[in-house]
Amino acid sequence: MIFGLNFTFLSKYGFYYIEGLKVTLQLAFWTLILATAVGVVMGMVRVQNYKIVSSVIDGWINFIRGVPIMVQIFIVYYGIATSLPQFWAAVVSLTVNSSVYIAEHTRAGMQAVNKGQMEAARCIGMSKLQANWYIIIPQAIKNILPSLCNEFILLIKNTSIVSVIALHELTYTSNSVRANTFLAFEPLIVTAFIYFMITYVLKRLVGILERRLHAHD
Amino acid sequence: MTNRKDVIIQVKGLKKNFGTLEVLKGVDMEIDRGEVVVVIGPSGSGKSTFLRCLNLLETPTAGDIRFHGGSILRKDMKLDMYREKFGMVFQLFNLFDNLSVLDNVSIGPRKVKKAGKDEADRRAMELLKRVGLEDKAGSYPSQLSGGQKQRVAIARTLAMDPEVILFDEATSALDPEMVGEVLQIMRQLAEDGMTMVVVTHEMGFAREVGDRVVFMDGGYVVEEGNPKDVISGPQHKRTRDFLSKML
Repeated sequence: MIFGLNFTFLSKYGFYYIEGLKVTLQLAFWTLILATAVGVVMGMVRVQNYKIVSSVIDGWINFIRGVPIMVQIFIVYYGIATSLPQFWAAVVSLTVNSSVYIAEHTRAGMQAVNKGQMEAARCIGMSKLQANWYIIIPQAIKNILPSLCNEFILLIKNTSIVSVIALHELTYTSNSVRANTFLAFEPLIVTAFIYFMITYVLKRLVGILERRLHAHD
Repeated sequence: MTNRKDVIIQVKGLKKNFGTLEVLKGVDMEIDRGEVVVVIGPSGSGKSTFLRCLNLLETPTAGDIRFHGGSILRKDMKLDMYREKFGMVFQLFNLFDNLSVLDNVSIGPRKVKKAGKDEADRRAMELLKRVGLEDKAGSYPSQLSGGQKQRVAIARTLAMDPEVILFDEATSALDPEMVGEVLQIMRQLAEDGMTMVVVTHEMGFAREVGDRVVFMDGGYVVEEGNPKDVISGPQHKRTRDFLSKML
């Protein structure tokens, strides 16, 4: 008993959390990779001023940002990706959601790189692609790392919403624990602590990366 | 200037509009191999725009630019190959912030000319020695002074073996005590026979190093000629007004 709270259920139900945590980490891992890839490419294409492509991407970003993530998950699961397994339907909807925010961060990060960098690169004969690859993108990554870290934390927390399609991730399993133990409160504290630990570790990892990238400033 | 035997750049009726603003209203110029042309004039006269049109950082609205006799404005022009031959040194240096000094100089030869890393680095070190910065090869741009940055920028340009170097107010952003070190390198380049188009406010440099001075105002070339003649005895009133403010 801690502060009158009862945590003895952990000895019996601890493995529920372990199983849930496994699914949450897998969800976060795949979504993080896919959303970053899709988002960065979308953001990079967006700044190239191809009129039609840019406005299509713009419209898509605005649409996704304007629809609640839970509605998006239902739409993907019950409407679009009905043949996909539950897990991948969740990955798809989380990727769609996160990638538009990452695209916006990428766009801002690329636009924040001084225009003179591109001009100087073109002046020594680099193609636009080379200039982007060797000069602009490395600087943009440094610019967007803090907001990208924020986005990753949001992404991890958003995985809890896919419990609505009965995917047995951490939030879902902790609800099972509550139902089985008739404890309303204590299981949630454990859940909250686990989420916090995941995001905290991630934040520290990105912090290390950031310090290494800024070593020359 | 009497025997014009090797014209490499010909500019004819060059115009450039930004929206409704006409910045260049018809500029004609010929530049010989090995010539140092110094462009002077008040702010907003179109000097920088003229320079940026020469390497097509800006696309001219009308007129023609010929390089070795061929128009650079034709549709099938290989822009990247053309720009390789035109070095440009910027007022704000524009060194690549994410690369070391050595990489700033060697990245062009490596990625554009596909030179090997060892070869490119060796040549970059030679150029850094030439601008007196071989000990800064491992530094990053943020660790350099303005004068040092500009010297690295010149080395970066030289690494591509350009036929012409354009200087866009290369000393205007420098602290006064650093102007000399950059001008010294430019002077050396001129002596080595590099073709240079220099936009500057340094009248001393124009007089000593320039083969020809071009005075621009309001989008036109108002007056041009031997630097000593133009600077000491300008023919046009606008040139006189400008020079009286400068000297």
